[in-house]
Amino acid sequence: MCDKELWPAGVQRCSLKYFLAWLVVVFAVLGWGVYAFYVVWSSGLHVTGMDNYFAFGLYIIFDLGVIALGAGAFFSGLLYYLVRVEGLKNIINLAVIVGFICYSGALLILALEVGQPLRSWFGFWHPNVHSMLTEVIFCITCYMLVLTIEFVPLILENRKLNKIKLLHHIAHNFHVIMPLFAGVGAFLSFFHQGSLGGMYGVLFSRPFVFREGFFIWPWTFFLFILSAVASGPAFTMLIATLMEKATGRKLVDFSVKALMGKIAGTMLAIYLFFKYLDTWGWITGILPRAGLTFDQMYYQLAYGKWLFYAELGVCGLIPAILLLVPKTRNTPGILYTAAILNCIGIVINRFVMTSQALANPVMPFDRWYVYVPTWAEWAPALAIIAYGALVLSLSYRYLPVFPQERKLNPV
Amino acid sequence: MVLYLKEFKIKWGMVIDLDKCTGCGACMVACQAENNIAPVVDASDKRRSMTWLLVYQLSNQKLYPDHDVAYLPRPCQQCGHPNCVPVCPVIATDKNEEGGIVSQVNARCIGCRYCIAACPYHARYFNWHDPVWPEGMEKTLTPDVSTRPRGVVEKCLFCHHRYMQARDKARVEGRDPNALAEGDYIPACVEVCPTGAIAFGDLMNPNHKVHQLSKSPHAFRLLERLGTDPQVYYLSRREWVRRQGDNILEHETVEGV
Repeated sequence: MCDKELWPAGVQRCSLKYFLAWLVVVFAVLGWGVYAFYVVWSSGLHVTGMDNYFAFGLYIIFDLGVIALGAGAFFSGLLYYLVRVEGLKNIINLAVIVGFICYSGALLILALEVGQPLRSWFGFWHPNVHSMLTEVIFCITCYMLVLTIEFVPLILENRKLNKIKLLHHIAHNFHVIMPLFAGVGAFLSFFHQGSLGGMYGVLFSRPFVFREGFFIWPWTFFLFILSAVASGPAFTMLIATLMEKATGRKLVDFSVKALMGKIAGTMLAIYLFFKYLDTWGWITGILPRAGLTFDQMYYQLAYGKWLFYAELGVCGLIPAILLLVPKTRNTPGILYTAAILNCIGIVINRFVMTSQALANPVMPFDRWYVYVPTWAEWAPALAIIAYGALVLSLSYRYLPVFPQERKLNPV
Repeated sequence: MVLYLKEFKIKWGMVIDLDKCTGCGACMVACQAENNIAPVVDASDKRRSMTWLLVYQLSNQKLYPDHDVAYLPRPCQQCGHPNCVPVCPVIATDKNEEGGIVSQVNARCIGCRYCIAACPYHARYFNWHDPVWPEGMEKTLTPDVSTRPRGVVEKCLFCHHRYMQARDKARVEGRDPNALAEGDYIPACVEVCPTGAIAFGDLMNPNHKVHQLSKSPHAFRLLERLGTDPQVYYLSRREWVRRQGDNILEHETVEGV
């Protein structure tokens, strides 16, 4: 039994037996996640580590993390289709797939997160125009459709499917109008990435995250956009590298990776400039006005100051420098390390803005609590990673994801 | 940044005298019974309990003989500038009715819990479990208060059904339902308090006791400097108690804030 007919032309893939064995592992993790979905939906969110203090937990942190890391899709699309950065042609397909995985995964987790998932459509039926979350609901759903439209032509380029005339023409025409969708995707993404940050910034009753800003948008709106576009390209590049390690084949030329690193580094430096200004304004303005001090914002190990220094220093300034300096950026090991640090820094930011903001007591007679996720939160998160591995595995095996693959791996 | 602000001619409010409160918890019990709050599965899990009104214990952190405590009942503060209202994506909570009570539409709530994250008073609660009443106890449910399913957020509404009853009664008696007299409408916690620590009425009406009490030099509101503008006031002659009403920097005084 062989599925060679379905592979992209002129490439080599592992045996079907080997591939199916890998899928068994993936499905095992997925199965655990599906079981967690069943438990949460059937018995309620009390099986999680969330409570009336921690209204948001790992589900939201995970969602914010993957949505930021999935920003490579819209930003690479914007740079390739609209700004015409030609080098990105060789990684744009992967960026779209990673974005698709991240966003569809985030939506699946959201179905767990809300207490009444069957009422999710109320967000469209009874929208509150004042709420940043309404904007998130609208933009994420619409952007998911855009990502699907961007993914469809790639699926139709499968060697077998593309032989069907109609599908071939659909794929071709989708490619023609892709700059339009890249523009729409960028517009939607700017707004929902920003609104996710705005969700926290508008909480004037939570001095830990409250920020003033421009018109109706708090500074966190813009910081979330910048941090997402700083980490998204780095994450896409890391996924490409991980796939190369897993398959043993060269998939993307190193110059493309270095270009992604340069884009990530530039955006990270811009982000950090504003983030440092924002942090200074927070420490010297917002906190004293609320009667609070910087030291009161941190607690023991779980919410200690190490998070602050890790986010803004070790996983902020250092990777920004490493990605901006050509010599370090063009050294593979340093490029990957810097990209990993960059992604960790953004995830720490999302963790801090979510969990630490809620742990931080606002009433003087209240106290700190520590949030610990349960298996019912880890399992769906791991399942989404497994789902990502499944989509990437199938895409790599059957779709022409990497235009350079044949050239980089001569038979 | 003001996203949501509305002024009312009637503002139902509480003034709670912390020097009179003994921390007996009768207000909490009355609230639970009146508002059909089901017994929780594990009452020892305080972070998942359902206490629309919660009594906090405050301490001056001093050793005996200087040690002193106070008890602070915390209902929903019915903020004039609530953070929970503008954040709700589906308008399941609103501050739009004369009286200024922050509503909660249980049938519309999707359970996203963004409002819980927004409330610095922890006055909002999520239904972590299906509400179950022990056999026979369902006969004690208040007919005018709907029960809530698992997966939605709920909160103190100043016993809004009593407000509706008082207005109906006024109409039947030929009085103006928008000019209720003091005592026509009081929540269950106010009615049951054995020491009379909780006064309730229209903060805008000079004939209501709370109007004067809220202007007392000993009155304060929780976290006032955040700008939430609560409709619940507290009274205490003890400076250390008033100091715990808000976050105050070392060099600041209560009055200075």
